[in-house]
Amino acid sequence: MYVAVKGGEKAIENSQRLLADERRGDRHVNEVTLQQIDGQLSLAVDRVMTEGSLYDRELAALAVKQARGDLIEAVFLLRAYRTTLPRFGASEPIDTGRMAIRRRISATYKDLPGGQILGASFDYTHRLLDFTLAADGERPEGELSDHVIDNEMPRVVELLDRDGMMEAELPADDEPVADLTRDSIQFPAGRDARLQALARGDEGFLLALGYSNQRGFGNTHPFAGEIRVGEVAVEFVPEELGFAIEVAEITVTECQMINQFQGSATQPPQFTRGYGLTFGYCERKAMAMSLVDRSLRASELGEDVNAPVQDQEFVLYHADNVEASGFVQHLKLPHYIDFQSELVIIRRIREQIERNRGAHQEAAE
Amino acid sequence: MTMSATDESAPAGDDEQHRTATIDGYNFAFLDEQTKRMIRRAILKAVAIPGYQVPFGSREMPLPYGWGTGGIQVTASVIGPDDVLKVIDQGADDTTNAVNIRRFFAKTAGVDTTERTKEATIVQTRHRVPETPLAEGQILVYQVPIPEPLRWIEPRETETRKMHALEEYGTMQVSLYEDIAKFGRIAKGYNYPVLVNGRYVMSPSPIPKFDNPKMDRNPALQLFGAGREKRIYAIPPHTPVKSLDFDDYPFDVETWNQPCALCGATDTFLDEVVLDDKGGRMFCCSDTEYCAERQARAAGRARGDAA
Amino acid sequence: MSGQSLLRATGVGKSYGDRIGCRDVSFELWPGEILGIVGESGSGKTTLLNCLSANLELTAGRVEYDTRVDGMADLATMSEPARRMLMRTDWGFVHQNPRDGLRMNLSAGGNVGERLMAVGARHYGNIRRDVIDWLDRVEMEDGRIDDLPSTFSGGMQQRLQIARNLVTKPRLVFMDEPTGGLDVSVQARLLDLLRGLVRELGVACVIVTHDLGVVRLLSHRLMVMQRGRVVEQGLTDQVLDDPQHPYTQLLVSSIVSV
Repeated sequence: MYVAVKGGEKAIENSQRLLADERRGDRHVNEVTLQQIDGQLSLAVDRVMTEGSLYDRELAALAVKQARGDLIEAVFLLRAYRTTLPRFGASEPIDTGRMAIRRRISATYKDLPGGQILGASFDYTHRLLDFTLAADGERPEGELSDHVIDNEMPRVVELLDRDGMMEAELPADDEPVADLTRDSIQFPAGRDARLQALARGDEGFLLALGYSNQRGFGNTHPFAGEIRVGEVAVEFVPEELGFAIEVAEITVTECQMINQFQGSATQPPQFTRGYGLTFGYCERKAMAMSLVDRSLRASELGEDVNAPVQDQEFVLYHADNVEASGFVQHLKLPHYIDFQSELVIIRRIREQIERNRGAHQEAAE
Repeated sequence: MTMSATDESAPAGDDEQHRTATIDGYNFAFLDEQTKRMIRRAILKAVAIPGYQVPFGSREMPLPYGWGTGGIQVTASVIGPDDVLKVIDQGADDTTNAVNIRRFFAKTAGVDTTERTKEATIVQTRHRVPETPLAEGQILVYQVPIPEPLRWIEPRETETRKMHALEEYGTMQVSLYEDIAKFGRIAKGYNYPVLVNGRYVMSPSPIPKFDNPKMDRNPALQLFGAGREKRIYAIPPHTPVKSLDFDDYPFDVETWNQPCALCGATDTFLDEVVLDDKGGRMFCCSDTEYCAERQARAAGRARGDAA
Repeated sequence: MSGQSLLRATGVGKSYGDRIGCRDVSFELWPGEILGIVGESGSGKTTLLNCLSANLELTAGRVEYDTRVDGMADLATMSEPARRMLMRTDWGFVHQNPRDGLRMNLSAGGNVGERLMAVGARHYGNIRRDVIDWLDRVEMEDGRIDDLPSTFSGGMQQRLQIARNLVTKPRLVFMDEPTGGLDVSVQARLLDLLRGLVRELGVACVIVTHDLGVVRLLSHRLMVMQRGRVVEQGLTDQVLDDPQHPYTQLLVSSIVSV
């Protein structure tokens, strides 16, 4: 029975007790621990941290547990917590050129300084269900190779940069970086605001948009210049010290998409950048993000804007899954006042049509 | 280690520092004081330009978007420990969402709550204006899903902002024209657009058009919060609010062929309650508090007559 | 020259990087005068029309218009509100494809009435009366007033677009191939209608077309464009009957041979 409409207080309490009970599931089975979620469902934790815009593995694991594995709900939980946190300031920009590499691949060069490093990837698995996992089969621990990975390997786009084949990176300006969690977005939105919205945006939505771009709705001829995953240092300059100190080390996934650019009246043809960055290991998201980022640059590069993925207002207003989820689901709330208004109007219009029809018939008779 | 905050740099005032949070770890009424100050500035601007949508840095709330995040932020920014809060949804105090929001403020601000419109200093509402007339000093806070009245005509924010700036409201009028051409009357039942202070076309939020006349020159302050869309707007006390119409098709409100089945009122917005699956239905006031009050008074009179 | 011209173009040019849209176009248009601009596709005539009507930013020169309140004003420095106000009251723009100039989701009445409502009309009955009057003038049945444009033939859509533009009695109407894409018989009727209306209202027009028949019938004066430049201009009959420039001669001979 849908008890929602009247007599709410007790119903809400009962619903929440039932929810807690269902979350726990069968009491004969051990409760899942945050360590287990963090360690064994680590990609869920990574996604929740990325879209929740908060790097905290333990809290993200807690959110996943509390949300019963519903990752969008978990993102919402983490966001609602994040918004209450005091802000001490902004860190220095992280330097992905100085990364402890776990994985690094480029689709544009067969070999390159630093080499291709496959790392841990689903890519070449055969997607066969592994029944030894179902049987709780333990795997022997992997052995570390003694190959030393260079931690300062150049980024692929920098190689192109040196030849002038790649558009120059935007110079650092003194403008403060936009923050959508503090100010509402204004259009046209700067690239900082766009990238922030995309980083927080829903993976599924960005994936579909990036895909639409590849299928011809605003094609940008992308190449995966480089994808790299690993740990970077986060540095912060406390006011009273005046120099940077390392406050954390975080795992990030970065994707630099290289895209064709036809050139314009003032610029010769060259390659342009699309950028994606996520917390943890979210490779699919980072790639989709970089496709969408590049597509959203259409107007600044003088390209036609006619596909959804190139449309700032369309993409940025609809990328956030916490906003979308809330608004779609608010349709569950009572709307019976509005519905009553519609009923009154439609009844009146129908009555009028009936009356008119009657009058016509009388006239005809 | 202390580090200075980067935004909204002014320190909290003394009075605010003395306020105690009702739940550990959270500030009075949930939002931190800097955020409240930012929202109050937006409210002041909104009051200064009646009907104009002021962008604000809407925060993420522990409530889903579309469920009143804007209204809650506005209420949280104007509420003080001495305020008395009433929350309604569809006119009723006991619908789940109203209960939930009331609980939120009881928990985070420890304020008194009431179901009586007269006793409330702040009324937060979704989809109704109370039947009991509001008085000077009261604040009515509306929850707004889509603040832009022109959105159905023009989906682009950049364009609608321009249309407001230039008072290009012809297309809005055309949509009313089309209704009359098609249906013989303006067919908008709720979220019926209004012109505020002769200047800005404004969405009254999805209240029934029945409530539109109550907005006009209302002595209370009316504030509108749209959390997901990050907009605040306002109607200051005693401001003229006109529902759009044509000279020869003037605005009118819903009427019913019968009085409220519970209190006998003939001048209120009625809910239709379906009684069975054979077409049986009953109509009663959507404003539960107003209806209960009238019933109690009638019962009192009956007792008085009997004595 | 006295300051009585309605529209004045001085050295108008538009280039896209190295590519020239149009260049160094100067002329004056007088109230009630109809100017035809002809040339083959790619000659820059549509670019010029968009420059004149403030739909494109110029890269050279200026365009001035005699506004009702402030007199001659440079369109480029005019405020956006003033420019948008001009576009929906004092000007009209008839597109080649009626879909570009109509709101396909509004009824015929809504389409024609929109401009009236934009300038403050708030009496439904009066708006209907004016709309019906205009439907009559463009030879459309009153009974179609509540129908959507998509239910109309191409010729009817074009007539509806004309009514939508003329309802506020503009002083200047821009037309981009107004008869393009219509059957020859429909074209003739539309041209006849247009000629009657613009004469009756005394409205000035700038008409872009590749069809010399259109300008012969409608325009007082003619400009011939080739590769972004005006190669010849003068009174219509004079240019068509005694073309001086080789390109004009070619154009005229090609129509003769048809």
